[in-house]
Formats: sequence, C-alpha cells, structure tokens
Amino acid sequence: MSKISFWFQRVAQLLIVLFLVTFGVSLLLRLIPVDLATILLPVASEEERILLRAELGFDKGPIGYYLQWLGDFVQGDFGKIYFSGGTEEVSDHLIEAMPRSLLLMVYTQILALAVAIPLGVLSAYRSGRRADKIISNSLFALQSVPGFAIALILVIFLGVKFAWLPTLGYAPISDGIWEHLKHMIMPVISLSVGLIATYTRLLRADMIAALREDYVTMAASKGLSDSRILWRHVLRPSSMTLMTSAALSMGGLIGGAIVIESIFATYGVGFEIFAAISGRQYIALQSSVAVIALFYVFFNLVVDVASGFVDPRTRDRRVNA
Amino acid sequence: MSSLLSVKNMSINFDTPRGSLEAVRGVDIEIPAGMSVGVVGESGSGKTVMCRAAMGLLQGSNVKRSGTVVFDGHELTAMSKEEVRNLFGSGMAMIFQDPMTALNPVRRIGSQLSEGLRVRLGMSKADALARSKELLELVRIPNAEAVLKSFPYQLSGGMRQRVMIAIAIACNPKLLFADEPTTALDVTVQAQILQLLRELREDLKMSMVLVTHDLGVVAGNTDYVAVMYAGEIVEYAPTTKLFADMRMPYTEALLESIPKIDHKSGTRLAVIAGRLPDPTDRGAGCSFAPRCKYVQEKCHKEHPELKQDPDGHVYRCWFPIGVSL
Ligand SMILES: Nc1ncnc2c1ncn2[C@@H]1O[C@H](COP(=O)(O)OP(=O)(O)OP(=O)(O)O)[C@@H](O)[C@H]1O
Ligand code: SF4
Ligand SMILES: [Mg+2]
Repeated sequence: MSKISFWFQRVAQLLIVLFLVTFGVSLLLRLIPVDLATILLPVASEEERILLRAELGFDKGPIGYYLQWLGDFVQGDFGKIYFSGGTEEVSDHLIEAMPRSLLLMVYTQILALAVAIPLGVLSAYRSGRRADKIISNSLFALQSVPGFAIALILVIFLGVKFAWLPTLGYAPISDGIWEHLKHMIMPVISLSVGLIATYTRLLRADMIAALREDYVTMAASKGLSDSRILWRHVLRPSSMTLMTSAALSMGGLIGGAIVIESIFATYGVGFEIFAAISGRQYIALQSSVAVIALFYVFFNLVVDVASGFVDPRTRDRRVNA
Repeated sequence: MSSLLSVKNMSINFDTPRGSLEAVRGVDIEIPAGMSVGVVGESGSGKTVMCRAAMGLLQGSNVKRSGTVVFDGHELTAMSKEEVRNLFGSGMAMIFQDPMTALNPVRRIGSQLSEGLRVRLGMSKADALARSKELLELVRIPNAEAVLKSFPYQLSGGMRQRVMIAIAIACNPKLLFADEPTTALDVTVQAQILQLLRELREDLKMSMVLVTHDLGVVAGNTDYVAVMYAGEIVEYAPTTKLFADMRMPYTEALLESIPKIDHKSGTRLAVIAGRLPDPTDRGAGCSFAPRCKYVQEKCHKEHPELKQDPDGHVYRCWFPIGVSL
C-alpha cells in the first residue's frame, strides 16, 4: 500500500465518522415524537410553521432532511436559534464560543503535558521507589477529586480569599494577554488535573516497558548519561499512547467542558450545547455537534501526521499494512 | 601476562517473584590484554548477565551483585556510576545479541552512531558524522551515506549487526564484549560477521570476549575459552588445549552436540538431553549431574571444587575426563 492510498483511506475513515455522527444526530432529532416546528416556534401561526418546515426540510423524510441540513452546513449556514422576539444565527454564537473553547483546550493540553511528561519520565525512571510512589499516589488522589470541586476550591482561595484572579467571565486576547490569561488560569487548572493523572500514568507505563529494551542498555554502554537516555532515547518511542490519548481528549475538552465553563462563565462551545439542549434549539445542537466532530477529526489527522515523526516505524507500517 | 579485565568471585542474583534467581555464581575470569576469550554455554547459562555485570550495565532495583571487577587498573566495583561511564566507548564496548532490539527504533543510524563520538570524544556534529561514515565503511557497509540517514527497521539483520559493530568500535575500545554477535543472523552472514570481527580485532588491537552457543565459532576465533554452565564457569583453558584435551563432561556433551555442517535448520544451537537446572533452586551437588553420563554418588551430594592442572587448565568436576584418580 502506498503512502498516498494510506492517507486516502485515513481521510475516508474520518469522513465516515463525520457522516455517522452528523447523520446519527440528525436521525435522533427526527425520531423525537414531537413537531419540531412547534418547539422552535411555540407562539406562531400555522402558516409560519409551514414555512419553517419547508425552510428546514422537516417536511421531508430523514434522508431528505439530512441532505438539506448538510447542504446548508457546508455552505456555512449553521441554522438559527429561535426566540420569541426573532432569531439569531448559530454561526454567530459559534464564532463567539469557538475561540474560547479552542484556547481553553490548547492551554489545558499544554499545561497537562508540561506537567505530565516530566512526572511520567521521573516516575518511570524511579519506578517502585519513593519518588514514583509519591507521584503515583498523589495523582491518584487528585484524580478522584472531580474537576468542579477543584474549580470551587480554586475560586474560594485564589478568587475570593486572596482575590488574585477574576472568578467569572472571559477576556479575549485583545484585552491584553495578561488579562486574558488571568481569566483562563483557574478553568485551565480545573480541566488539567484529571488529564495530568491520566497522561502521567500512560507515559510511565510505556516508559517502564521501554526501559527494559536492549537499546537502552546499548545507549548506556555508549557512555551516555541517564538523563540523556531518558529524554533522547526512551521518551519518544514511549509516547504513542500518550499522543493518542491527548488527541482523543481534545474533542471532549472542546465540547464537554460544560461544568467548568458554567462555573467560570467562560461560555464556550460546551455551554452553547448545554444552552441548545435546555432551550430545545435542535438545529443549533445539530450544527454545534457537527462542528465539534469536525475539530475532533481534524485533531486526529494532526496526530496521525505527528506520529509519523515521533515514531518512524508507524510510517513504515502504513506502507506495509 | 597482564590481564586487561579481571573478574573475581562475581555473583549476580535477581529478586524474582519465585525467589532469588542465581544467574551468575562465583565467577572468576581473566581476559589477557590483546587476547580473544570465548564464553560458551547453553541458553540461560548466564553469559549475557555475566558480560553485562562485568561492564557494570546491569540496572534495576532487583539486582544483587557481589565480587570485584578490575578493568585496566580501575576497580569498577568501587567506582561511581559516572566514573564507570567514562570508561565506556574508549575502554569497554559491547555488541548485543539481537541487532533488531539493540538499536533505537525511532532514531536514525547516523544519530545513534555519531552520538557516542560527540558525547565521549567531544567531536563536533559535522566531524562526528564524517567519522560515522568512515566507520560504516570500515564495517563494509556499502552506500554508507544512505545508511546514515536510515532507520534500523529499514536495514537487513546483517546490516544492523554491522551498524552495531560500528557503534561499538566507534571510540576505539580496548575491550569489546561481543554477545552472540551472530546468533540472530543467517549462516552465510554469520561467517562474514565473524570474519569482520577478526579483522577489526587485528587492526584495532582490541581484546575481545566472544559469547556464543557454538563451540564451532570458538575454535577459529578465540585464544581462550570459558565454558559456562548454570551460572558458573566450569572449564577454562587455551582454546587449542580445550579441544585437544577437555576435562569437563559438559564440554564434551557440547562438542558432541554440534550439528553437522549440512544441518538443515541453519542454526547451530547446542542440544543436550535434559535441561538446565532451575536457577532459583540450585541443588547441593554438581549442577550438571542430572544430565551427565559420568555421574556418580558424590556428584549429587557435593558441589565440585575448582581444580587446576599444572598448565593452568581449570575445571569444576569430581571425575574429569582424561585424569586418572
Ligand atoms: N533482568 C533479569 N531479571 C531476572 N532474571 C534475569 C534477568 N536477566 C537474566 N535473567 C535470568 O538469568 C539467567 C541467565 O540469563 P542470560 O541472559 O545471562 O543467559 P544467556 O547465557 O545469555 O542465554 P542466551 O544464550 O539465551 O542469551 C536466565 O535464567 C535468565 O532468565
Ligand atoms: S561432577 Fe560428576 S556430574 Fe558433575 S560433571 Fe563431573 S562427573 Fe558429571
Ligand atoms: Mg545471552
């Protein structure tokens, strides 16, 4: 199998994922045994509802409806949010919410990896000894504290008691980078803690396995220092599971940070979805989920590309598979 | 004759879930400067552990070691890890058993080969790469330039072993441990690699410890032979003397087990009826007793002492071959 056909296959796989997710959501909407037009326009005349049904394709079968939604979606029309007083564009909401969620996700990943990689390397190197036990036990303890509890503790201390950080809201980078970061610190820490524990555990396990390999003894027999061996020889071949796990958690961080986004009122995509569900804004829900799926697929491709650099054997496996 | 490496009363135990595993038991061995010493024994007899322990490469919290190792005037067993490390590359180097697992799978040959030169000899990146290319040519790798840029999985087994030899000799070691350098290779490639090692040893004036399963390999490539069984050295003699006048029943069994040249499988693993004793549970008597055809009462009860002929031939047997009691 050539390189090109590998990527062709991979993209095809991801397109199938996208299709299944979006079509699944679309189908679920149509299976709700209520009239969607009535839900979206609770106080409208029958004529207005008939118009809406035609506009959104509710008058068609599930496939016809899906195709119509898809046609609109790929042209950038993500649908509307319906109020008693009028409508708002879903895309406007997402354009507002997406950067917040993306930045939150990126900072969270950076912090989680920046802490987990050294901890994982150290605890693998000292495995079974005191440093390893302290790290493993404290991470296990931290992991059993839910993110919202950590958020509340941070708010109480950093926000209220010492008043170092703002407890609510979001500041765009245009407000100044420091102002922006001040609003991000607590949500980012709250989201990172669980990831740090997971990442450290994955990296530790893979590194311990790699440290038993002959190539480590070989590196030592060249007279290299332990730290050089750990960072230059063992970390990279041990990081595939970590990378995959990080990629998988990205979708969740973008769309699933509802609780943390609510606590800190940073209203990102997670909150949009929550609002869409509780406000029964089904078109908004469908389009937001589709956007998250798009990002999820995108990050998966990024990791595919990156893993070829981290471990060249994966490139070869692609060709020989 | 001065010895380059001198190992005295070395024992290595591993803590395992099944109890303490005695991998090496009270080994004494001298490697005379400029000589090549073969270490022969079945799989699991402790050859790899002995070599790695002699070099100070055994890591892990489950390793217990005792005894002394002196290399080139330095008592390794009394030195810190950092001090021992300074002897690697230019003092001692090792070729590993399996060239697939001993090369880092995610790093290019060039970086693995030049790394030692840069760290140990302080060469610049460009100099180290240029020297790496020369080293690859020295171990007769065609197209060295391209190989420098390859990853290990892109090379054949023989090529990988040549690369590993190049890495080992990069800093001109005085002593080279070659741990079964040919076991993982095809028969034809085995001969080429042994030939290469012979020539390099001449050119670079290296001493060598050549570990193998195969007495046939020992014959043409070594000056002395140590035969290992169940963690002990059971016979040690100049190679010609060992073949002419062996004392140990185990060595005889090994020799008889050498398959004929036209053997189909292509591998030359020693096959002796029976198995090595359980390394976590060494009995009282001679470890070879359950498989020995000369076995007598005494062999089961008492562990044989090391005996030495006047000519220096050493063996560990109550009833040695060719010695009238
Ligand atoms: N790290 C370790 N932990 C526990 N036991 C070990 C370890 N390394 C080796 N052993 C055991 O020590 C004994 C000797 O192993 P060693 O690898 O030295 O044998 P060998 O003579 O090199 O065999 P082969 O010819 O197969 O390479 C074996 O029983 C092995 O299982
Ligand atoms: S001591 Fe006895 S059992 Fe052991 S090798 Fe000698 S004759 Fe055989
Ligand atoms: Mg071995």
